[in-house]
Amino acid sequence: MAYFAMSKLALKWAFARPCTTRYPFEPRQALPGSRGRLVFTRDNCVYCTVCAKRCPTGALAVNRAQKRWAIDRLMCITCGCCIEVCPRKCLELAPEHATPVVTKDRESF
Amino acid sequence: MPRTIIPFGPQHPVLPEPVHLDLVVEDERVVEAKPSIGFVHRGLEKLVERKDFVEFVYVAERVCGICSFIHGQTYCQAVEALMKIEVPPRARYLRTIWGELSRIHSHLLWLGLMADAIGFESLFMHSWRVREQVLDLIEATTGGRVIFGSCKIGGVRRDLTSELVERLASALSTIERDTRDLTGVFLGDRSVQDRLCGVGVLSSADARDLGCVGPMLRASGVESDLRCTGYAAYSELDFTRATRPEGDSYARCAVRCEEVFQSIDLIRQALARLPDGEIAVKVRGNPNGETFMRTEQPRGEVVYHLKANGTRNLQRFRVRTPTFANLPAMVKVLQGCGLADVPVLVLTIDPCISCTER
Repeated sequence: MAYFAMSKLALKWAFARPCTTRYPFEPRQALPGSRGRLVFTRDNCVYCTVCAKRCPTGALAVNRAQKRWAIDRLMCITCGCCIEVCPRKCLELAPEHATPVVTKDRESF
Repeated sequence: MPRTIIPFGPQHPVLPEPVHLDLVVEDERVVEAKPSIGFVHRGLEKLVERKDFVEFVYVAERVCGICSFIHGQTYCQAVEALMKIEVPPRARYLRTIWGELSRIHSHLLWLGLMADAIGFESLFMHSWRVREQVLDLIEATTGGRVIFGSCKIGGVRRDLTSELVERLASALSTIERDTRDLTGVFLGDRSVQDRLCGVGVLSSADARDLGCVGPMLRASGVESDLRCTGYAAYSELDFTRATRPEGDSYARCAVRCEEVFQSIDLIRQALARLPDGEIAVKVRGNPNGETFMRTEQPRGEVVYHLKANGTRNLQRFRVRTPTFANLPAMVKVLQGCGLADVPVLVLTIDPCISCTER
């Protein structure tokens, strides 16, 4: 009977619903708390540049004079360092992942 | 009999990682295997001279994609030892929980790859189906699936809420039930036994002499598990080392199967005893001095050597990964095996070449 050890498992799953989802027809639901994408809220920002200085990959660029905050999505590793150091709490991580990008431009706000 | 050299890898359908082997064969029997590595060297150790020691945790985590958390944890523990930082008890327990989750997902990944190597495609898919549940748990608790990013010098970044603790506990029951179905096939199916029993036998004396680590060493009957040294919260948890005396590929499979259940049990114990309080302490000053730190990864013992001179950048950072220690044993077990058993034997050491080359 040792040759049929797999039969029980195979039979069980032959009549069960597939455990995979039919992506892209059924989009994946982001789990709460997932580190998906960095979101910037402009209202509270004082452009202190602390986030850009502490970013380990140099993905952020802040210009105090022009009041510009920019992010290179391809360089961001969503570590959350900038969120920890931001004095005005204007950064947060959204669970949804960033949309694919085709150019290496910085996204400016 | 004439000898032929068959090049195997670095790209090969059954090889999960880029390692090259020159197999010297007589007919279908391998006489000698000459490994060569160096295809994915990234120079991560040198990077320590340019990165701040606090930021370097992110680099340490990226040494390996499977044992990412334990790499970060080992680096943090080494810096904490240098700076004499006392990590809060809750952080030690959380590190243990995430370390064991990463062990479960690594072993389930290996079981799947092993099933694939012996041509058991449906078993491979079932192993990875169960692993997916573990990855979801990791994402829910840390925010990342591969790179956890939750370990930092002085503690951890994220805490477990009571809802997450409940979710972990209930998901572990499902994972345990599903893994029991899987291991029943891995250890009980005759076709799996035919491919693994008596293949690549490594005696305990050879395993010791060649410096094996982890499941490879324990499957040869040597009781060695660095978790018994009691780092993180292991000193307060009860567990016994999973060993097998046979030393063949089946024993290595059995040890890893047993360790999945052991890890589930360790997480349950850690959740039951999870202390309240802070999850991190403030880090002040710069590290100075030299230290070694050893921890048990899913693949075996990892050794970190750190040298600091009181500045923001470390002077020297050196990692000896478990695969590097197990490569001589892989060469040893390949001698005299059949050509068809080569993929199985390469896999039994659970090779992680990008880890090895850093």
